[in-house]
Amino acid sequence: MNNVVEMKDITKRFPGIIANSHVNFDLRQGEIHALLGENGAGKSTLMSVLFGLYQAEEGEILIRGEKVDIKDPNVATKIGIGMVHQHFKLVHNLSITENIILGVEPKNRWHQVDLKKGRAQVVALSEKYGLTVDPDELIENITVGMQQRVEILKMLYRNSNILIFDEPTAVLTPQEIDDLIIVMRNLVNEGKSIILITHKLKEIMAIADRCTVLRRGECISTVEVAKSNPSELAEMMVGRKVNLDLNKKEIDEHKTVMKIRNLSVKDSKGLDAVKNFNLDVRTGEIMCVAGIDGNGQSELIQGITGLTPCSGGTIEFLGKEIQNTKIRERTEMGLGHIPEDRQKYGLVMDFDIKENMVLQSYFKEPFSTHGKLNKEAIKEYSDRLVEEYDVRSSQGSDTTSRSLSGGNQQKAIIAREVDRSPALLLAAQPTRGLDVGAIEFIHKSIVAERDKGKAVLLFSLELEEVLSLSDKIAVIYEGEIVGVLDAKDATENELGLLMSGAKKGDLPDYE
Amino acid sequence: MSNSFRAYVGNEKHQKVLIPIISIVLGFIVGIIIMLFSQLNAGYLFTALLRGVFGINTKFIGTSRSVFNARYIGEFLVSSMPLILTGLSVAFAYRCGLFNIGAEGQVMMGSLFSIVVALSFPGLPKVILLPMVVIAGALGGTIWGFIPGLLKAKYNVHEVVVTIMLNYVGLYFLNWTVKSLPGSSLVRTVDIPDAAWLGSDFLSDITNNSRLHWGFIIVIIAVYAFYYIMNKTTFGYELRAVGFNKDAAKYAGINVNKNAILAMTLSGTFAGLAGTLLTCGTFNYGRVIPAFENYGFNGIVAALVGGNTAIGSVLGGLLFGALQAIQPIMQANGIPREIAIIITSAIIIFVAMQNGIKSVLNKIGNKEA
Ligand SMILES: Nc1ncnc2c1ncn2[C@@H]1O[C@H](COP(=O)(O)OP(=O)(O)OP(=O)(O)O)[C@@H](O)[C@H]1O
Ligand SMILES: [Mg+2]
Repeated sequence: MNNVVEMKDITKRFPGIIANSHVNFDLRQGEIHALLGENGAGKSTLMSVLFGLYQAEEGEILIRGEKVDIKDPNVATKIGIGMVHQHFKLVHNLSITENIILGVEPKNRWHQVDLKKGRAQVVALSEKYGLTVDPDELIENITVGMQQRVEILKMLYRNSNILIFDEPTAVLTPQEIDDLIIVMRNLVNEGKSIILITHKLKEIMAIADRCTVLRRGECISTVEVAKSNPSELAEMMVGRKVNLDLNKKEIDEHKTVMKIRNLSVKDSKGLDAVKNFNLDVRTGEIMCVAGIDGNGQSELIQGITGLTPCSGGTIEFLGKEIQNTKIRERTEMGLGHIPEDRQKYGLVMDFDIKENMVLQSYFKEPFSTHGKLNKEAIKEYSDRLVEEYDVRSSQGSDTTSRSLSGGNQQKAIIAREVDRSPALLLAAQPTRGLDVGAIEFIHKSIVAERDKGKAVLLFSLELEEVLSLSDKIAVIYEGEIVGVLDAKDATENELGLLMSGAKKGDLPDYE
Repeated sequence: MSNSFRAYVGNEKHQKVLIPIISIVLGFIVGIIIMLFSQLNAGYLFTALLRGVFGINTKFIGTSRSVFNARYIGEFLVSSMPLILTGLSVAFAYRCGLFNIGAEGQVMMGSLFSIVVALSFPGLPKVILLPMVVIAGALGGTIWGFIPGLLKAKYNVHEVVVTIMLNYVGLYFLNWTVKSLPGSSLVRTVDIPDAAWLGSDFLSDITNNSRLHWGFIIVIIAVYAFYYIMNKTTFGYELRAVGFNKDAAKYAGINVNKNAILAMTLSGTFAGLAGTLLTCGTFNYGRVIPAFENYGFNGIVAALVGGNTAIGSVLGGLLFGALQAIQPIMQANGIPREIAIIITSAIIIFVAMQNGIKSVLNKIGNKEA
């Protein structure tokens, strides 16, 4: 067999945890090999070992049959390994071209960086692989999907032929995912070999040739995807049957907790990203704002939560206008927020888990009295959340959040927000990066809140989640609601038409 | 190399302690190399340290004269105390993500306020005047910290720019005021009343006539206050949250601007106290200062070496206090005091290169057995 990568008997420990225990993994020339496993199973760690970010304590790595010592990412790059990380590593105030050539800049005769040549190479690559980017745009001005293309171009620019994708689709829209799948097929046809980490079984079924399953640091098995099926994979990964069906209680009585009227919010460029926006969110109901990414969802979230000032209109929450109140006040009134960007807003990465668990409640009893923190109470509370929400880490509540796996960072935030049981829970991409087992649990927790009579405002790019979790779906297009429908009657097709702006739907009467 | 050693140096927690120590050692090595190249006796560096820090005079070993002289310990502490306070000052602001370059000016304002109060109420008894003088010094620094904090919060003016400017304002304002006080000469004020003096015959006696003064109690209180505020209070929690991640702090409903103002303000308080210690402890009069005395700038280094913690600032302050205390001793042995300054600077450079040191440690920690 033609193996380009062989990882044998890899063991990697962190203080308090064995992230990889005697893992065997191989990658064949020209295949797409999926790596599947629960949050914290050790997927990112294993790939970081291959990419030279970590050194394994035991085991060896062979690249095209030759034993190699991948001391650092430079060595990995030299032998043709490239990686797109779970959390991108781009310089935000540099242009796309500059980011791509960073570290291997083309030089002119005077040994100066030859930006023009670099730009031309970037354009050529992006055309060849169908990765459209504007080479001169700054990273801070482009969408996540675009940033990912930049990361892919970075690998291609370095002539990598072993490509590692760590959860590339977690942050993408369905359309972008389809595009990425095409790009990956192109790459394989060009003779590259791909390792794909993903939690989405559908994607694995669609493009992977083989799939290796990790559980708690151990390699469970490697299967031919064609001979397997999603539920078998899910079971292998979680160790039990997963049931994504949701049983919702019938609720007849609803009270409106939040009334949004004629709201407008400006984006970072000062343009109206949300305008003439009307929406009612009610108790015992999961209202989902669905739309193609970039149609004002982020600005709407920021406006409702207070991270960005609203430029017009009103938000009435529990009978009080809150569009001008402080964030703290909104939180105290009972607004919960699972943010879109977990590392930017959701967590102080240098705090440990317990400090993050009380991010909005540290100043209250029992977590503090008269301005003095109660470390025991905080720890006790955090321990309970970690246990209940299964936040896996090396040292429990005392682990620094930075060392948590991506999915477990997300679980920590959800634990904090859901457990406060707010009158209105605003959940933006709540299951981004979670394994199916965790998604099952989180969906059930959100439904439980709804059944308790709380209101939920959901933002999700995943149609499946939108359709299964919500009661009502409000479709947003260019900052406006273009239709509100019952989730029961909605079809993917109809949603698609509304979301693309091709059709206008029914709107309730907003008085 | 043994496994446990590798695990030790690879661990992030230990690295926080290891990196400053390595930087210090490297700094001294640079100093020694330069001494060797200049054909100076590097041994004098160590005899000077023994003498300047521990009061042990190696020259007198084996003679009838007393080897130990407590005065050096006293003087070493006297030069360290202001640095510990300015170290705390810089560290406090830094923990909230702000860079206080202005401890220098805050020290001067502390000095100024203390001296003015000390000379204005000559008749008051010590139990009243001394606390007033200390509070005045704290207040002087506090005001000088509040201004950049306010400008940062309200108009987003960078604190580095404002604090640098305020250093100059502080310097000239101090000199002008000192010269205008009744009875002042061109270089100093009259002596402060005894009731405003931190010095003590007792402390002086037990340290063989050093200038050691009660200021060390202020330092101990300040160190504890820093530690307590930072780690035990909700205020400290907010400061750290803002310092680590402004966006997340905002998300949590923490008032980022208010914390910036408070952090700069209290940062100034620590430095202001250093000013009190200088005018009413080390000296007993207000001085006209021809140029910056670097208490604030050395405080930056002390904080940096100390990882911006309370205890770290103490150790950093002691280190740079020692490097200051040995300068006259080295000079007496024919070694230019610049050597001590070179060592200080080299340590700064190595601390600034901490990421490099860290990656070397990580490489060692990661090596295959
Ligand atoms: N630098 C680190 N220090 C300490 N522990 C770590 C570090 N990096 C990862 N871990 C721990 O190792 C385990 C595996 O983490 P890893 O990031 O590989 O998980 P993952 O499979 O990628 O999960 P996810 O799907 O959530 O991204 C986790 O329990 C994590 O807490
Ligand atoms: Mg991961």
